[in-house]
Formats: sequence, C-alpha cells, structure tokens
Amino acid sequence: MTRRILIGLAILFAALVIVLPVAAIVSRAFADGAGAWWAAVSEAETLQAVRLTVITALIVLPLNIVFGLCAAWAIARFRFPGRRALLILIEIPFAVSPIIAGLCFLLVYGAYGPIGGALQPWGVQLMFNLTGIVLVSLFVTCPFVVREVLPVLSVTGEDEEKAALTLGASGWQIFRFVTFPNITWAMVYGAILATARAIGEFGAVAVVSGAIRGQTMTLPLQIELLYNDYNTTGAFAAATLLTALALVTLVLRGLIAAIHPARGATP
Amino acid sequence: MTLDIASISKSYEGTPVLRDVSLTIADGEFVALLGPSGSGKTTLLNVISGLVTPDDGRLLLDGADITATPAGERRFGMVFQSYALFRHMTVAQNIAFGLRVRTGRDRPSRARRDARVEELLALIEMESFGDRYPAQLSGGQQQRVAMARALAIDPRLLLLDEPFSALDAQVRQSLRGSVRELQQRVGIASILVTHDQAEAFAVADRVVLMRDGRIEQVGTASDLKERPTTDFVRDFIAF
Repeated sequence: MTRRILIGLAILFAALVIVLPVAAIVSRAFADGAGAWWAAVSEAETLQAVRLTVITALIVLPLNIVFGLCAAWAIARFRFPGRRALLILIEIPFAVSPIIAGLCFLLVYGAYGPIGGALQPWGVQLMFNLTGIVLVSLFVTCPFVVREVLPVLSVTGEDEEKAALTLGASGWQIFRFVTFPNITWAMVYGAILATARAIGEFGAVAVVSGAIRGQTMTLPLQIELLYNDYNTTGAFAAATLLTALALVTLVLRGLIAAIHPARGATP
Repeated sequence: MTLDIASISKSYEGTPVLRDVSLTIADGEFVALLGPSGSGKTTLLNVISGLVTPDDGRLLLDGADITATPAGERRFGMVFQSYALFRHMTVAQNIAFGLRVRTGRDRPSRARRDARVEELLALIEMESFGDRYPAQLSGGQQQRVAMARALAIDPRLLLLDEPFSALDAQVRQSLRGSVRELQQRVGIASILVTHDQAEAFAVADRVVLMRDGRIEQVGTASDLKERPTTDFVRDFIAF
C-alpha cells in the first residue's frame, strides 16, 4: 500500500511539474495549427536567435573543455598554493545568481569598467555583443566539465601515468594514450551539461546582451520578448525549439549513461 | 650494468626519509630492499626510477651520472604495487606501449612490436591472453603482464615495488619462484621492495635491511640471520 502511494505521488508530481508544462508548450505552440507554428519558427528574428544561441554554444563548448581539463588535471595531480582556493572558485558560478554574474561582467568589462574602459580607446567593445554573451556563458558553465572530470581523475590513473612515464612516454603521450581515455566519458558528460546550460541561460545573458532585436537576442531572450509582445504563438513556437535542443542533450546524456558503465567491466 | 647509489638523501617537508644511503648493485644481481613501513625503501626505489628527485647524492649507471636523467630516458622497467596496467588497453597493447611511444628511428615497426609482444607473452606463459583487458585477468595474471610490459623496453634495470602484496598467499608463493626464474633468464639486475622477509630471502641474492631512512645491514639471507650487526636486525629477522 505504502509503495503504491509513493509511486502514485511521484507520478503525480512528475506529471504536474514536468510533463504538463512541457506538453502545454507544445500544445500552445500548435494551437493555431502547424502552419502558424512554422510561420513563427521561420520568422527572421527567431531564426537569428537560434543562430546566435548555437554559435554561442559552439564557441563556449571547446573553451569549456580545455579549461575544464586543465583545471581538473592541475587540481588532481599537483599540490600548489591556491589549490583549495581554485576548487572553491570553480564552484562560484553555481552559487551566484546568473543575473548578478551578468551585472559583475558589466561592471568589469563594460565601457565604464576597468577592462572594458581600457579597451574602449582601441574601439574594442566587449559588452552588448557576441563577445559579452560568450563571456557570461563561459562563466555560468565553467564548473560542469571540471566537476565531472575531477572525481574520475582523482581516483584513477595516477599510477598508470607513472608507469607510462617510466616506459618512456612524453607528457603529451601520457595524456593522449593513458589519461584521456580514462576521462573521455566524464568529459563528454560534463560538456553536454554545460551545453544545455549555455543554450538555456537567461539571466546573465539578459544583462550583457543589450537585447538588440535581430542582433543580440539569444533564444531564451527572444522567447521572453515575443511573450511580452503578446505574440504567444511566436513565443511558444520558439520555446518548442529550445525544448527540442534541450531534449537532444538529454537523449545524448542518456545514451552516454547507457554506454559508459558497460565499458569498465567488459570492454 | 652496475648501479652505484652514492650518498642519497631525501626529505619531505623537513622530515628526512632517506639519510645518506649508499649501495652498489652488481650486474645481474637481485637485491631486495627490506624494512618496516616508513623505512624509506619505496622512496629509494622511486629515486632510482627517477620518479622522485633526491635532495643530495648521485646515481651512477656504469659510471655515468644519471641523477638528473628523466625517468623516461633511464630505461628502467618498473612493476608497480597496483600493477598500474592501462585499463582501456588489451594485454598486447599494454606490453607494446613502451615500444609504441618511442619516436623516430628508435620506434620499432608494427611487425617487430608484434613479434616482441608474442615473445613476452610466451615468456610469461600467457600466449592466448593478448586480446584480453586487464579487468578480465586474475591478480597473478595482471602481475605477470605488468612484468612483461616492464621487460618489453629491454630495461637496463628492473624495479619491483611490492609486486606480490596484492595477491593471496598461495599465488604469491608460486609467483615468487617464477619472477626469480624470469629475472635469471633475462639476466637483468633487479631491485625488489618488500616488507616481507620471507619474500626477500626467497628471491634475492642480497638483502638490504632499512630503517628510518638508513641502511642497517646488507648481506645474504644467512648473513642477516646468523650474523646480524645490530640489535634492530636481530629483532626484525627474529620477528
């Protein structure tokens, strides 16, 4: 009996909090028919928002991976002053509200900030354009890869790396042939989570993008804009795109979780 | 190959782990570093392998100073306590690793690498295991693969860090014999680190008993048993 109640509650909760809203997005988006949905989705400003979102994710992703691997490697393998501080610093983007992050970036990199101001005379503008969006996206997503890779790196491979060293492998060969294969899946997993977050980020991007129509609108910003314009069909149609992107990352995540555990036991 | 260890000292954060250690290992000799935990035996092995840099002292291989030579260029085969096999590589790939990472002219062709792997698999009597992964092997088999991987680079010296400690007593006994046999067949000077005196006496030509970062006594099994030079040696052996 208890079991049934528990399962029932879980299903009810999932239905009310997860399934219903997602279903509502789809049903509202198609309320005026598939033609209206298509018209809204293929609208120039919406397409531009999709393009900007994807470009941002594609720039942020490799930077995230490189930074994540370097930081995780340094923290796992070396004892240096500031190591603990680095560990805590990496967590900050999770703890800080994205809107505050956006404001901080504006303060530092904006036209009146120390760095933004210094670059101003050279005509370099960091905020209210793609650069600004990329910078804050990097900020909010930088913990993901580190946090996935670090635990794997800490428990595996130090002896393997030493063995490779005594066998004459160079630093790069050790990384390429010994360390990297051990952390590939953790890295991909972290990268997917980071991408999902980068695509969906609203608060931080809203502050630094300047919300220039048809130019610096990412998909989440565009959705809010359309909604505020009472263009409900347009807003929900764009939302289906964002949801689809998120679902793709979720499916990838599921696939990796399915492949990964089988790998250790019977390769 | 003769290895001269001359006045090696090493401290960690002000705590000395090796104090002025000197020792000579002759060509083809099997030496065991024996001692309680914290006696510095593993640190000494790591200094020899190049994984740890000594604060003081020198290492001479056939008279050539190798103190500053990086671990990868010493060509010393090392077997780790955990075996440290590459888990995502097959047995054959593990054994071939040291040959595969060589560059330029030193790098043997694919065919020669394969031939060398076959040879070593035969040496450890695991011919049919080349395609297995480490996780599919028993502890004793993993240990033998680690041995073959270390021997693949034609090492000038073989270093064994507690290679039997992760095995159960029965396997340990039989592997001791086979490691000794392997070492003699290859004819390579070897250094074994162990805290188990029965193991040291069973495989080594000479046993080096260490305590608090110093060498207490060096000698054959009967030297240490019958002519201990200090009370510590007598007590340690009696225990």
